Amino acid sequence: MTQAIANLLKLLATEPYRLLLFLVCMLAFVGLNAAYLVWVERKGAGRFQRRPGPTEVGPAGLLQPVADAVKLMSKQLIVPAGADTTLFRVAPLLMMSPALMSLAVIPWGQGLAARNINVGLLMIFAFGSINVMAIMLGGWSSRNKYAIISAARVVSQNVAYEIPMLLVVITMIMVTGTMNLSEIVQQQAGGFWHWNLFRVWLNPLMPVTFLIFFICMLAETNRAPFDMTEAESELVAGAYTEYAGMGFGVFFMAEYANILLGCALGTALFLGGWQSPFGVLSGVIWFLLKMYFLVFSVVWIRWTFPRTQFYGLLNLSWKILIPVSLFTLVLSSAMMKLFHA
Amino acid sequence: MKNSLKELVTGFNSLVIGMKITLGQFFKPTVTVHYPHESLKMPKRFRGHIELVRDPTTGKAVCFACKLCERACPSDCIIVEGAKLDGAKKRSVTQYMLDFTKCSLCGSCVEACRDGAIRFSREFNLASTNKEDYIMDLFKRLQDEAKANPEPQAKAAAASPAPPNAVPKAESAQPVSPPQSKN
Repeated sequence: MTQAIANLLKLLATEPYRLLLFLVCMLAFVGLNAAYLVWVERKGAGRFQRRPGPTEVGPAGLLQPVADAVKLMSKQLIVPAGADTTLFRVAPLLMMSPALMSLAVIPWGQGLAARNINVGLLMIFAFGSINVMAIMLGGWSSRNKYAIISAARVVSQNVAYEIPMLLVVITMIMVTGTMNLSEIVQQQAGGFWHWNLFRVWLNPLMPVTFLIFFICMLAETNRAPFDMTEAESELVAGAYTEYAGMGFGVFFMAEYANILLGCALGTALFLGGWQSPFGVLSGVIWFLLKMYFLVFSVVWIRWTFPRTQFYGLLNLSWKILIPVSLFTLVLSSAMMKLFHA
Repeated sequence: MKNSLKELVTGFNSLVIGMKITLGQFFKPTVTVHYPHESLKMPKRFRGHIELVRDPTTGKAVCFACKLCERACPSDCIIVEGAKLDGAKKRSVTQYMLDFTKCSLCGSCVEACRDGAIRFSREFNLASTNKEDYIMDLFKRLQDEAKANPEPQAKAAAASPAPPNAVPKAESAQPVSPPQSKN
Protein backbone atom coordinates (compact mmCIF):
# COMPACT_ATOMS: atom_id res chain seq x y z
CA MET A 1 0.00 0.00 0.00
CA THR A 2 2.64 2.51 1.05
CA GLN A 3 4.67 1.31 -1.92
CA ALA A 4 1.75 2.13 -4.20
CA ILE A 5 1.37 5.60 -2.71
CA ALA A 6 5.09 6.23 -3.04
CA ASN A 7 4.94 5.12 -6.67
CA LEU A 8 1.96 7.38 -7.27
CA LEU A 9 3.75 10.35 -5.74
CA LYS A 10 6.81 9.59 -7.86
CA LEU A 11 4.61 9.42 -10.93
CA LEU A 12 2.95 12.72 -10.04
CA ALA A 13 6.37 14.33 -9.78
CA THR A 14 7.18 13.45 -13.37
CA GLU A 15 6.48 15.83 -16.16
CA PRO A 16 2.99 15.91 -17.60
CA TYR A 17 1.43 14.92 -14.27
CA ARG A 18 3.31 17.54 -12.29
CA LEU A 19 2.01 20.22 -14.62
CA LEU A 20 -1.52 18.88 -14.34
CA LEU A 21 -1.29 18.68 -10.56
CA PHE A 22 -0.05 22.27 -10.42
CA LEU A 23 -2.85 23.46 -12.65
CA VAL A 24 -5.58 21.73 -10.65
CA CYS A 25 -4.17 22.79 -7.29
CA MET A 26 -3.53 26.39 -8.31
CA LEU A 27 -6.91 26.81 -9.97
CA ALA A 28 -8.61 25.47 -6.85
CA PHE A 29 -6.42 27.55 -4.55
CA VAL A 30 -6.88 30.76 -6.51
CA GLY A 31 -10.61 30.17 -7.01
CA LEU A 32 -11.27 29.45 -3.34
CA ASN A 33 -9.08 32.31 -2.23
CA ALA A 34 -10.70 34.75 -4.61
CA ALA A 35 -14.13 33.72 -3.38
CA TYR A 36 -13.29 33.82 0.30
CA LEU A 37 -11.09 36.90 0.11
CA VAL A 38 -14.23 38.69 -1.07
CA TRP A 39 -15.90 37.40 2.09
CA VAL A 40 -12.89 38.50 4.17
CA GLU A 41 -13.01 41.88 2.49
CA ARG A 42 -16.70 42.36 3.22
CA LYS A 43 -16.47 41.05 6.76
CA GLY A 44 -13.38 43.19 7.33
CA ALA A 45 -15.06 46.26 5.87
CA GLY A 46 -17.96 45.61 8.20
CA ARG A 47 -15.85 45.22 11.32
CA PHE A 48 -13.80 48.33 10.51
CA GLN A 49 -17.07 50.25 10.34
CA ARG A 50 -18.60 48.62 13.46
CA ARG A 51 -21.13 46.54 11.51
CA PRO A 52 -21.22 42.76 11.16
CA GLY A 53 -20.85 42.36 7.38
CA PRO A 54 -22.66 39.52 5.60
CA THR A 55 -24.60 37.40 8.09
CA GLU A 56 -27.69 36.06 6.35
CA VAL A 57 -26.37 33.48 3.87
CA GLY A 58 -25.05 30.53 5.84
CA PRO A 59 -23.38 30.74 9.26
CA ALA A 60 -21.57 34.08 9.56
CA GLY A 61 -22.34 34.70 5.89
CA LEU A 62 -19.92 31.97 4.84
CA LEU A 63 -22.06 30.94 1.87
CA GLN A 64 -22.16 34.49 0.52
CA PRO A 65 -19.35 33.86 -2.01
CA VAL A 66 -21.28 30.84 -3.32
CA ALA A 67 -24.38 32.98 -3.76
CA ASP A 68 -22.30 35.66 -5.50
CA ALA A 69 -20.75 33.10 -7.82
CA VAL A 70 -24.14 31.63 -8.74
CA LYS A 71 -25.45 35.11 -9.43
CA LEU A 72 -22.49 36.03 -11.63
CA MET A 73 -22.61 32.76 -13.56
CA SER A 74 -26.32 33.01 -14.23
CA LYS A 75 -25.94 36.41 -15.86
CA GLN A 76 -25.79 36.91 -19.58
CA LEU A 77 -22.43 37.73 -21.13
CA ILE A 78 -23.09 40.95 -23.00
CA VAL A 79 -20.69 42.35 -25.57
CA PRO A 80 -21.59 46.00 -26.12
CA ALA A 81 -22.42 47.13 -29.63
CA GLY A 82 -19.37 48.47 -31.42
CA ALA A 83 -16.94 46.80 -29.05
CA ASP A 84 -13.99 44.80 -30.29
CA THR A 85 -15.40 41.37 -29.50
CA THR A 86 -12.17 39.39 -29.53
CA LEU A 87 -10.20 41.77 -27.34
CA PHE A 88 -13.19 42.27 -25.10
CA ARG A 89 -13.41 38.53 -24.46
CA VAL A 90 -9.66 37.94 -24.21
CA ALA A 91 -8.92 40.74 -21.73
CA PRO A 92 -10.19 38.95 -18.57
CA LEU A 93 -8.22 35.83 -19.46
CA LEU A 94 -5.15 37.92 -20.12
CA MET A 95 -5.47 39.30 -16.62
CA MET A 96 -6.07 35.96 -14.94
CA SER A 97 -3.44 33.80 -16.61
CA PRO A 98 -0.26 35.75 -15.69
CA ALA A 99 -1.24 35.64 -12.03
CA LEU A 100 -1.79 31.88 -12.26
CA MET A 101 1.49 31.34 -14.12
CA SER A 102 3.45 33.42 -11.64
CA LEU A 103 2.17 31.31 -8.77
CA ALA A 104 4.17 28.43 -10.28
CA VAL A 105 7.43 29.73 -8.85
CA ILE A 106 6.18 30.73 -5.40
CA PRO A 107 7.88 28.49 -2.80
CA TRP A 108 5.07 27.55 -0.41
CA GLY A 109 7.33 25.36 1.67
CA GLN A 110 10.64 23.51 1.63
CA GLY A 111 10.76 22.09 -1.90
CA LEU A 112 7.09 22.90 -2.39
CA ALA A 113 7.09 24.92 -5.57
CA ALA A 114 5.65 23.82 -8.87
CA ARG A 115 8.76 25.01 -10.69
CA ASN A 116 11.96 25.75 -8.86
CA ILE A 117 13.54 27.80 -11.64
CA ASN A 118 16.48 30.05 -10.94
CA VAL A 119 14.99 33.15 -12.55
CA GLY A 120 11.70 32.91 -10.67
CA LEU A 121 11.69 36.53 -9.61
CA LEU A 122 12.33 37.69 -13.16
CA MET A 123 9.51 35.48 -14.41
CA ILE A 124 7.03 36.96 -11.95
CA PHE A 125 7.84 40.49 -13.00
CA ALA A 126 7.83 39.61 -16.67
CA PHE A 127 4.32 38.19 -16.37
CA GLY A 128 3.29 40.77 -13.81
CA SER A 129 3.36 43.60 -16.31
CA ILE A 130 0.93 41.78 -18.61
CA ASN A 131 -2.07 42.55 -16.42
CA VAL A 132 -1.62 46.26 -17.13
CA MET A 133 -2.13 45.43 -20.77
CA ALA A 134 -5.15 43.28 -19.91
CA ILE A 135 -6.92 46.12 -18.12
CA MET A 136 -5.94 48.52 -20.86
CA LEU A 137 -7.28 46.22 -23.58
CA GLY A 138 -10.44 45.58 -21.59
CA GLY A 139 -11.02 49.29 -21.19
CA TRP A 140 -10.11 50.11 -24.76
CA SER A 141 -12.19 47.40 -26.40
CA SER A 142 -15.40 48.11 -24.48
CA ARG A 143 -15.98 51.38 -26.34
CA ASN A 144 -17.03 53.27 -23.28
CA LYS A 145 -15.70 56.64 -22.18
CA TYR A 146 -15.20 55.64 -18.55
CA ALA A 147 -13.42 52.48 -19.55
CA ILE A 148 -11.05 54.38 -21.84
CA ILE A 149 -10.22 56.96 -19.17
CA SER A 150 -9.56 54.07 -16.84
CA ALA A 151 -7.32 52.38 -19.43
CA ALA A 152 -5.25 55.57 -19.73
CA ARG A 153 -5.00 55.82 -15.97
CA VAL A 154 -3.94 52.23 -15.44
CA VAL A 155 -1.07 52.60 -17.89
CA SER A 156 0.35 55.77 -16.34
CA GLN A 157 -0.17 54.43 -12.82
CA ASN A 158 1.49 51.11 -13.48
CA VAL A 159 4.40 52.64 -15.39
CA ALA A 160 4.96 54.96 -12.45
CA TYR A 161 4.87 52.17 -9.87
CA GLU A 162 6.73 49.50 -11.84
CA ILE A 163 9.91 51.57 -11.52
CA PRO A 164 10.23 51.78 -7.71
CA MET A 165 9.00 48.18 -7.47
CA LEU A 166 11.74 46.95 -9.78
CA LEU A 167 14.37 49.13 -8.08
CA VAL A 168 13.41 47.56 -4.76
CA VAL A 169 13.54 44.09 -6.27
CA ILE A 170 16.98 44.82 -7.79
CA THR A 171 18.13 45.83 -4.31
CA MET A 172 16.87 42.50 -3.02
CA ILE A 173 18.57 40.58 -5.81
CA MET A 174 21.83 42.35 -5.02
CA VAL A 175 21.53 41.61 -1.33
CA THR A 176 20.57 37.97 -1.78
CA GLY A 177 22.62 37.31 -4.91
CA THR A 178 19.97 35.12 -6.53
CA MET A 179 16.66 35.26 -8.38
CA ASN A 180 15.59 31.86 -7.15
CA LEU A 181 12.80 32.41 -4.63
CA SER A 182 13.39 29.11 -2.81
CA GLU A 183 17.01 30.06 -2.30
CA ILE A 184 16.03 33.55 -1.10
CA VAL A 185 13.79 31.99 1.53
CA GLN A 186 16.49 29.46 2.40
CA GLN A 187 18.88 32.32 3.20
CA GLN A 188 16.44 33.73 5.76
CA ALA A 189 16.45 30.64 7.99
CA GLY A 190 17.01 30.74 11.73
CA GLY A 191 14.78 33.27 13.45
CA PHE A 192 13.06 36.46 12.47
CA TRP A 193 16.23 38.57 12.80
CA HIS A 194 17.49 36.75 9.72
CA TRP A 195 14.50 37.85 7.64
CA ASN A 196 15.39 40.28 4.90
CA LEU A 197 13.07 42.80 6.52
CA PHE A 198 15.36 43.04 9.58
CA ARG A 199 18.76 42.58 7.94
CA VAL A 200 19.81 46.14 8.65
CA TRP A 201 23.50 45.30 8.56
CA LEU A 202 23.14 44.70 4.81
CA ASN A 203 21.21 47.91 4.31
CA PRO A 204 19.94 50.09 7.16
CA LEU A 205 16.92 51.05 5.07
CA MET A 206 15.59 47.49 4.73
CA PRO A 207 12.20 48.21 6.44
CA VAL A 208 11.76 51.23 4.16
CA THR A 209 12.45 48.96 1.21
CA PHE A 210 9.70 46.63 2.35
CA LEU A 211 7.34 49.57 2.76
CA ILE A 212 8.06 50.74 -0.79
CA PHE A 213 7.50 47.21 -2.06
CA PHE A 214 4.17 47.01 -0.24
CA ILE A 215 2.97 50.42 -1.49
CA CYS A 216 3.95 49.54 -5.05
CA MET A 217 2.20 46.19 -4.69
CA LEU A 218 -0.99 48.01 -3.68
CA ALA A 219 -0.68 50.31 -6.66
CA GLU A 220 0.14 47.51 -9.11
CA THR A 221 -2.88 45.50 -8.02
CA ASN A 222 -5.04 48.64 -8.22
CA ARG A 223 -6.10 48.44 -4.62
CA ALA A 224 -7.39 51.33 -2.54
CA PRO A 225 -6.09 53.95 -1.88
CA PHE A 226 -4.66 53.63 -5.40
CA ASP A 227 -7.75 52.19 -7.11
CA MET A 228 -7.83 54.91 -9.74
CA THR A 229 -8.72 52.41 -12.45
CA GLU A 230 -12.11 51.54 -11.03
CA ALA A 231 -12.76 54.65 -8.95
CA GLU A 232 -16.49 54.02 -8.49
CA SER A 233 -17.45 57.57 -7.68
CA GLU A 234 -15.95 58.99 -10.86
CA LEU A 235 -15.60 56.17 -13.41
CA VAL A 236 -18.57 53.88 -12.59
CA ALA A 237 -16.41 50.74 -12.59
CA GLY A 238 -13.55 51.91 -14.78
CA ALA A 239 -12.32 49.36 -17.27
CA TYR A 240 -14.86 46.82 -15.98
CA THR A 241 -17.89 49.01 -16.66
CA GLU A 242 -19.15 47.07 -19.68
CA TYR A 243 -18.36 43.60 -18.34
CA ALA A 244 -21.29 41.50 -17.17
CA GLY A 245 -21.52 38.12 -15.53
CA MET A 246 -18.40 35.98 -15.45
CA GLY A 247 -16.47 38.42 -17.65
CA PHE A 248 -16.50 40.70 -14.66
CA GLY A 249 -16.18 37.71 -12.36
CA VAL A 250 -12.87 36.68 -13.93
CA PHE A 251 -11.51 40.23 -13.64
CA PHE A 252 -12.57 40.25 -10.03
CA MET A 253 -10.95 36.89 -9.33
CA ALA A 254 -7.79 38.00 -11.11
CA GLU A 255 -7.63 41.07 -8.93
CA TYR A 256 -7.63 38.90 -5.82
CA ALA A 257 -5.21 36.44 -7.43
CA ASN A 258 -2.86 39.37 -8.03
CA ILE A 259 -3.19 40.52 -4.42
CA LEU A 260 -2.44 36.98 -3.31
CA LEU A 261 0.59 36.84 -5.60
CA GLY A 262 1.85 40.20 -4.36
CA CYS A 263 1.47 39.17 -0.73
CA ALA A 264 3.12 35.79 -1.38
CA LEU A 265 6.03 37.57 -3.07
CA GLY A 266 6.35 40.00 -0.16
CA THR A 267 6.36 37.06 2.23
CA ALA A 268 9.06 35.21 0.31
CA LEU A 269 11.24 38.27 -0.28
CA PHE A 270 11.04 40.05 3.05
CA LEU A 271 9.28 37.98 5.71
CA GLY A 272 11.24 34.77 5.45
CA GLY A 273 8.72 32.68 3.52
CA TRP A 274 8.09 29.36 5.20
CA GLN A 275 10.77 29.97 7.88
CA SER A 276 9.37 30.17 11.38
CA PRO A 277 10.18 33.33 13.36
CA PHE A 278 11.86 31.31 16.12
CA GLY A 279 14.07 29.11 14.00
CA VAL A 280 12.17 25.89 14.76
CA LEU A 281 9.08 24.21 13.25
CA SER A 282 9.33 25.83 9.85
CA GLY A 283 6.64 24.89 7.39
CA VAL A 284 3.92 25.87 4.97
CA ILE A 285 1.76 27.16 7.82
CA TRP A 286 4.16 30.06 8.42
CA PHE A 287 4.10 31.02 4.79
CA LEU A 288 0.29 31.08 4.79
CA LEU A 289 0.13 32.97 8.10
CA LYS A 290 2.46 35.68 6.88
CA MET A 291 0.78 35.89 3.51
CA TYR A 292 -2.71 36.21 4.99
CA PHE A 293 -1.45 38.81 7.44
CA LEU A 294 -0.33 40.87 4.46
CA VAL A 295 -3.70 40.27 2.78
CA PHE A 296 -5.42 41.46 5.94
CA SER A 297 -3.24 44.58 5.90
CA VAL A 298 -4.36 45.21 2.33
CA VAL A 299 -8.00 45.10 3.46
CA TRP A 300 -7.14 47.17 6.51
CA ILE A 301 -5.53 49.86 4.37
CA ARG A 302 -8.45 49.88 1.96
CA TRP A 303 -10.95 50.63 4.69
CA THR A 304 -8.76 53.20 6.42
CA PHE A 305 -7.62 55.58 3.70
CA PRO A 306 -9.67 57.47 1.13
CA ARG A 307 -8.71 57.24 -2.54
CA THR A 308 -5.78 59.51 -3.49
CA GLN A 309 -6.00 62.05 -6.23
CA PHE A 310 -4.35 61.10 -9.47
CA TYR A 311 -1.74 63.85 -9.00
CA GLY A 312 -1.06 62.60 -5.50
CA LEU A 313 -0.60 59.11 -6.85
CA LEU A 314 1.96 60.15 -9.46
CA ASN A 315 3.67 62.60 -7.12
CA LEU A 316 4.12 59.88 -4.52
CA SER A 317 5.77 57.62 -7.05
CA TRP A 318 7.97 60.07 -8.94
CA LYS A 319 8.89 62.42 -6.11
CA ILE A 320 9.20 60.06 -3.15
CA LEU A 321 9.25 56.36 -3.97
CA ILE A 322 11.61 56.45 -6.96
CA PRO A 323 14.25 58.70 -5.32
CA VAL A 324 14.10 56.74 -2.07
CA SER A 325 14.31 53.37 -3.80
CA LEU A 326 17.22 54.60 -5.94
CA PHE A 327 18.91 55.76 -2.76
CA THR A 328 18.46 52.38 -1.08
CA LEU A 329 19.82 50.69 -4.21
CA VAL A 330 22.95 52.86 -4.17
CA LEU A 331 23.29 52.54 -0.40
CA SER A 332 23.08 48.76 -0.38
CA SER A 333 25.55 48.44 -3.27
CA ALA A 334 27.96 50.77 -1.47
CA MET A 335 27.61 48.80 1.74
CA MET A 336 28.17 45.55 -0.11
CA LYS A 337 31.32 46.94 -1.70
CA LEU A 338 32.64 48.35 1.59
CA PHE A 339 31.69 45.75 4.21
CA HIS A 340 30.61 42.52 2.63
CA ALA A 341 32.80 42.23 -0.46
CA MET B 1 14.52 69.66 1.38
CA LYS B 2 14.15 69.90 5.14
CA ASN B 3 10.52 70.92 4.81
CA SER B 4 9.64 68.13 2.44
CA LEU B 5 11.34 65.58 4.67
CA LYS B 6 9.38 66.90 7.63
CA GLU B 7 6.20 66.68 5.59
CA LEU B 8 7.05 63.10 4.66
CA VAL B 9 7.54 62.12 8.30
CA THR B 10 4.40 63.85 9.59
CA GLY B 11 2.38 62.50 6.67
CA PHE B 12 3.56 58.96 7.32
CA ASN B 13 2.86 59.39 11.00
CA SER B 14 -0.70 60.46 10.28
CA LEU B 15 -1.19 57.34 8.15
CA VAL B 16 -0.02 55.16 11.04
CA ILE B 17 -2.40 56.96 13.43
CA GLY B 18 -5.28 56.38 11.01
CA MET B 19 -4.50 52.68 10.80
CA LYS B 20 -4.33 52.44 14.59
CA ILE B 21 -7.78 54.01 14.89
CA THR B 22 -9.40 51.66 12.39
CA LEU B 23 -7.79 48.64 14.04
CA GLY B 24 -9.18 49.83 17.36
CA GLN B 25 -12.66 49.99 15.85
CA PHE B 26 -12.17 46.53 14.32
CA PHE B 27 -12.09 44.87 17.74
CA LYS B 28 -15.00 46.80 19.25
CA PRO B 29 -18.46 45.23 19.21
CA THR B 30 -20.73 46.03 16.29
CA VAL B 31 -23.61 48.46 16.70
CA THR B 32 -25.96 47.05 14.06
CA VAL B 33 -29.57 46.24 14.98
CA HIS B 34 -30.47 43.16 12.94
CA TYR B 35 -33.80 44.61 11.94
CA PRO B 36 -36.13 41.79 11.00
CA HIS B 37 -34.75 39.73 13.87
CA GLU B 38 -34.69 42.53 16.42
CA SER B 39 -35.99 46.08 16.41
CA LEU B 40 -35.45 49.27 18.32
CA LYS B 41 -37.76 50.26 21.16
CA MET B 42 -39.47 53.48 20.14
CA PRO B 43 -38.87 56.46 22.43
CA LYS B 44 -41.65 57.65 24.76
CA ARG B 45 -42.57 60.67 22.68
CA PHE B 46 -42.79 58.71 19.42
CA ARG B 47 -45.82 59.87 17.43
CA GLY B 48 -47.43 56.81 15.92
CA HIS B 49 -51.15 56.64 15.14
CA ILE B 50 -53.39 57.45 18.10
CA GLU B 51 -54.74 54.78 20.43
CA LEU B 52 -57.25 54.65 23.28
CA VAL B 53 -55.96 54.65 26.83
CA ARG B 54 -57.20 52.10 29.33
CA ASP B 55 -58.20 53.08 32.83
CA PRO B 56 -55.64 51.40 35.10
CA THR B 57 -58.28 50.58 37.74
CA THR B 58 -61.14 49.24 35.62
CA GLY B 59 -59.26 48.11 32.54
CA LYS B 60 -61.88 49.76 30.35
CA ALA B 61 -61.37 52.72 28.06
CA VAL B 62 -61.05 56.11 29.73
CA CYS B 63 -62.88 57.66 26.79
CA PHE B 64 -66.55 58.51 27.28
CA ALA B 65 -67.23 59.65 23.73
CA CYS B 66 -67.39 63.40 24.30
CA LYS B 67 -66.35 63.79 20.64
CA LEU B 68 -63.95 66.67 21.29
CA CYS B 69 -61.31 64.86 19.30
CA GLU B 70 -63.70 64.27 16.44
CA ARG B 71 -64.37 67.99 16.32
CA ALA B 72 -60.71 68.94 16.71
CA CYS B 73 -59.57 66.77 13.84
CA PRO B 74 -58.79 69.00 10.82
CA SER B 75 -58.94 66.05 8.41
CA ASP B 76 -62.14 64.46 9.65
CA CYS B 77 -60.52 61.14 10.15
CA ILE B 78 -61.99 60.23 13.56
CA ILE B 79 -65.47 58.81 14.15
CA VAL B 80 -66.48 58.27 17.79
CA GLU B 81 -69.72 56.76 19.01
CA GLY B 82 -70.69 56.19 22.60
CA ALA B 83 -73.64 54.95 24.64
CA LYS B 84 -74.74 54.98 28.24
CA LEU B 85 -74.54 51.40 29.37
CA ASP B 86 -76.94 49.96 31.98
CA GLY B 87 -76.06 51.00 35.50
CA ALA B 88 -73.16 53.20 34.45
CA LYS B 89 -72.94 56.82 35.51
CA LYS B 90 -71.13 58.04 32.43
CA ARG B 91 -71.33 57.31 28.78
CA SER B 92 -68.67 54.98 27.44
CA VAL B 93 -67.17 54.61 24.03
CA THR B 94 -68.61 51.92 21.74
CA GLN B 95 -66.90 52.72 18.48
CA TYR B 96 -63.71 54.59 17.66
CA MET B 97 -62.68 54.57 14.00
CA LEU B 98 -59.51 56.20 12.73
CA ASP B 99 -59.01 56.71 9.00
CA PHE B 100 -55.21 56.71 8.96
CA THR B 101 -55.06 57.39 5.22
CA LYS B 102 -56.21 60.94 5.98
CA CYS B 103 -54.47 61.46 9.31
CA SER B 104 -51.49 63.80 9.25
CA LEU B 105 -50.43 63.02 12.84
CA CYS B 106 -50.97 66.66 13.81
CA GLY B 107 -51.96 65.65 17.34
CA SER B 108 -54.88 68.06 17.65
CA CYS B 109 -57.07 65.21 18.94
CA VAL B 110 -54.61 64.35 21.70
CA GLU B 111 -54.39 68.03 22.66
CA ALA B 112 -58.17 68.41 22.63
CA CYS B 113 -58.80 65.43 24.87
CA ARG B 114 -59.36 66.66 28.44
CA ASP B 115 -59.12 63.30 30.14
CA GLY B 116 -56.01 61.84 28.56
CA ALA B 117 -58.13 59.18 26.92
CA ILE B 118 -56.10 59.02 23.72
CA ARG B 119 -52.38 59.03 23.15
CA PHE B 120 -49.88 58.33 20.41
CA SER B 121 -49.03 54.68 20.07
CA ARG B 122 -45.48 53.52 19.47
CA GLU B 123 -46.39 51.40 16.50
CA PHE B 124 -44.02 52.23 13.64
CA ASN B 125 -44.33 49.21 11.40
CA LEU B 126 -47.45 50.17 9.46
CA ALA B 127 -46.53 49.09 5.96
CA SER B 128 -49.30 47.35 4.05
CA THR B 129 -50.36 46.72 0.48
CA ASN B 130 -54.02 47.01 1.43
CA LYS B 131 -55.70 50.38 1.89
CA GLU B 132 -58.37 48.90 4.18
CA ASP B 133 -55.69 48.13 6.77
CA TYR B 134 -55.49 51.86 7.49
CA ILE B 135 -59.14 52.23 8.47
CA MET B 136 -58.41 51.32 12.05
CA ASP B 137 -60.94 50.23 14.64
CA LEU B 138 -59.25 51.54 17.74
CA PHE B 139 -61.99 50.32 20.07
CA LYS B 140 -61.53 46.77 18.85
CA ARG B 141 -57.77 47.24 19.18
CA LEU B 142 -58.26 48.25 22.80
CA GLN B 143 -60.45 45.24 23.49
CA ASP B 144 -57.92 42.90 21.85
CA GLU B 145 -55.22 44.42 23.95
CA ALA B 146 -57.30 44.01 27.10
CA LYS B 147 -57.85 40.36 26.21
CA ALA B 148 -54.16 39.77 25.61
CA ASN B 149 -53.09 41.63 28.73
CA PRO B 150 -55.94 41.62 31.29
CA GLU B 151 -54.03 43.32 34.11
CA PRO B 152 -53.39 46.82 32.92
CA GLN B 153 -52.11 48.33 36.18
CA ALA B 154 -48.42 47.67 35.91
CA LYS B 155 -48.21 48.25 32.20
CA ALA B 156 -50.46 51.29 32.21
CA ALA B 157 -48.42 52.89 34.96
CA ALA B 158 -45.25 52.39 32.98
CA ALA B 159 -46.77 53.51 29.72
CA SER B 160 -48.85 56.40 31.03
CA PRO B 161 -48.62 59.31 28.64
CA ALA B 162 -46.18 61.99 29.65
CA PRO B 163 -47.72 65.33 30.55
CA PRO B 164 -47.68 67.46 27.42
CA ASN B 165 -45.47 70.23 28.74
CA ALA B 166 -42.90 68.07 30.52
CA VAL B 167 -40.46 66.69 27.97
CA PRO B 168 -39.30 63.33 29.23
CA LYS B 169 -35.73 62.21 29.00
CA ALA B 170 -35.05 60.67 25.62
CA GLU B 171 -34.99 56.93 26.03
CA SER B 172 -31.79 55.43 24.78
CA ALA B 173 -32.55 53.27 21.78
CA GLN B 174 -32.08 49.73 23.00
CA PRO B 175 -32.68 46.74 20.78
CA VAL B 176 -35.55 44.64 22.09
CA SER B 177 -35.63 41.07 21.07
CA PRO B 178 -39.03 39.62 20.18
CA PRO B 179 -39.92 40.60 16.62
CA GLN B 180 -42.85 42.93 16.47
CA SER B 181 -45.19 41.80 13.76
CA LYS B 182 -48.05 43.97 12.71
CA ASN B 183 -51.64 42.87 13.44
